[in-house]
Amino acid sequence: MIGQRLDLPLAEDSTGRFLVWIMAVMIYLAIVALAGSMVLAGMAGRWESGLTGRLTVQIAPMPDESVPPLAQRTEVTLALLRSTHGITRAEQVAAAATHKLLEPWLGNALLDDLPLPALIDVEVGSGAGFDAAALAERLAGAVPGARLDNHAAWLADLRILAHTAQLVALAVVVLVGGAAVASVVFAVRTGLAIHSPVVELLHIMGATDAYVARQFQTHIAGLALRGGAVGLGLAAITLLALRLAAGDTPVGLMPDMTLGLREWLALITVPLVATALAVLTARWTVLRVLTRMP
Amino acid sequence: MIRFENIGLRYGSGPEALRDINLTLEPGSFHFLTGASGAGKSSLLRLMYLGLRPSRGVISVFGHDVAALKRADFPVLRRQIGVVFQNFRLLDHLSALDNVALPLRMAGVGEAEIREHVVELLHWVGLGDALDAKPPTLSGGQQQRVAIARSVIARPRLLLADEPTGNVDDSIGMRLLYLFEELHKLGTTVVIATHNEGLIARFVHPRLHLERGTLSVIAAGTPIAPLPMPTAMVLPAGLATSQSLTGSWLT
Ligand SMILES: Nc1ncnc2c1ncn2[C@@H]1O[C@H](COP(=O)(O)OP(=O)(O)OP(=O)(O)O)[C@@H](O)[C@H]1O
Ligand SMILES: [Mg+2]
Repeated sequence: MIGQRLDLPLAEDSTGRFLVWIMAVMIYLAIVALAGSMVLAGMAGRWESGLTGRLTVQIAPMPDESVPPLAQRTEVTLALLRSTHGITRAEQVAAAATHKLLEPWLGNALLDDLPLPALIDVEVGSGAGFDAAALAERLAGAVPGARLDNHAAWLADLRILAHTAQLVALAVVVLVGGAAVASVVFAVRTGLAIHSPVVELLHIMGATDAYVARQFQTHIAGLALRGGAVGLGLAAITLLALRLAAGDTPVGLMPDMTLGLREWLALITVPLVATALAVLTARWTVLRVLTRMP
Repeated sequence: MIRFENIGLRYGSGPEALRDINLTLEPGSFHFLTGASGAGKSSLLRLMYLGLRPSRGVISVFGHDVAALKRADFPVLRRQIGVVFQNFRLLDHLSALDNVALPLRMAGVGEAEIREHVVELLHWVGLGDALDAKPPTLSGGQQQRVAIARSVIARPRLLLADEPTGNVDDSIGMRLLYLFEELHKLGTTVVIATHNEGLIARFVHPRLHLERGTLSVIAAGTPIAPLPMPTAMVLPAGLATSQSLTGSWLT
């Protein structure tokens, strides 16, 4: 059909098939890396939003006779917390719940003999002028063995982990993108060399460099889209398989692997962005090579 | 239209293929280009269609000094030049139709219009039933007609044809020459390199004659000197023996 074929017989080059697979692998790697960083970021975000505004007060059991028993100290602590400005709720975590939390690590037998600390779950109202440091000081003075845990250190670690993962993902994407750009440059240069007689003919017939470049752009866009579809498909299979595998492990141990709709949409744009990058690279390469020709 | 001043052309470090060419083609002129094989006809045409730069001298095309042109200026000039190459230079992966459509596509003509004009022209040159054929499946003469159709489809200002009738019989040759003649009447400047003395005699136009790289202009209607009879032809020894070098024939 008219208009369906390129003036350059690029479709017959073996570099084409090679480029489809290169692009497929690159896009697969980029998507999996990005998805990994998204999962970690989402995890950190969920933990953070679940934990900020929440504190835990831990009251250690003390065998020392001079200290009031744990139950009494817990009552005192609860009263103190409830009268503190900015705190909206303070409840003791039921012993059974604490038990259950530790059971997978310590086992039932051991747990029964172990003196467990009392835990108090504290919620802080947003916007209220709540001062964690002052509370910690007051608690330490009023109740022996009481310790305020605002999860800050734990959250900081988590944030560092999530950020590191994002940096690694970014590095993977940059490296993979660089390799993809290099492959496109190579394929286009090869194409120009193989078809130099046709390119010369097109020039003699009055083709502009941009016209020749468009031939390559169309060709490369087709290859990149095909590679992108393959890479995206393989990545989707991998992510779904990982999620299925994670679904069988006990809740709480494994991070939540679910990606939201927004994340999926972002991942689907990866092949499109890669195609755009490939097309721009092809254009730039052709124009660069041609303008250096006599 | 075209001016050559003291043009010399040498390929690599070889001898000059063209020497001291001075030439002016007036707009609307029609010239035959003659000369023995290897005299430099294709080379001269190559300079005219800007496929090559001269080693020395000044070429101006459509009033522009070629040496002073920037790269980006060439496409506009080249699109006004139609070329029939001696070896056709068709694109083997494209149909006859797509080959002929190429100049129109480059000029950004709409597809519907392209199809209409291309089909009409291909019918005219006798290739109405080979529209979708790829050049490798066409005969030499058919390929030549595709090449000619491609050169004229965009109604060029300058038409350069290198042996355009070398592969067709005289009746088709006449028809193709008639096509060039009609374009010429519409204002196209034409240069046709040919060995065909019958056509030169039939269509009365001045001749550019190349003799080992130097050019002379011969007025229209000048009879062509008859070739001298070859004297004392002796075959190469390898061919002149009664036996083939590779042994005797199977009988
Ligand atoms: N690309 C090239 N590289 C080197 N030498 C060349 C090249 N093209 C042509 N020549 C030389 O230039 C001279 C003129 O060649 P040209 O092709 O112009 O002759 P011609 O008149 O068209 O011959 P013919 O009638 O056989 O087509 C020849 O000696 C040829 O060897
Ligand atoms: Mg020639």
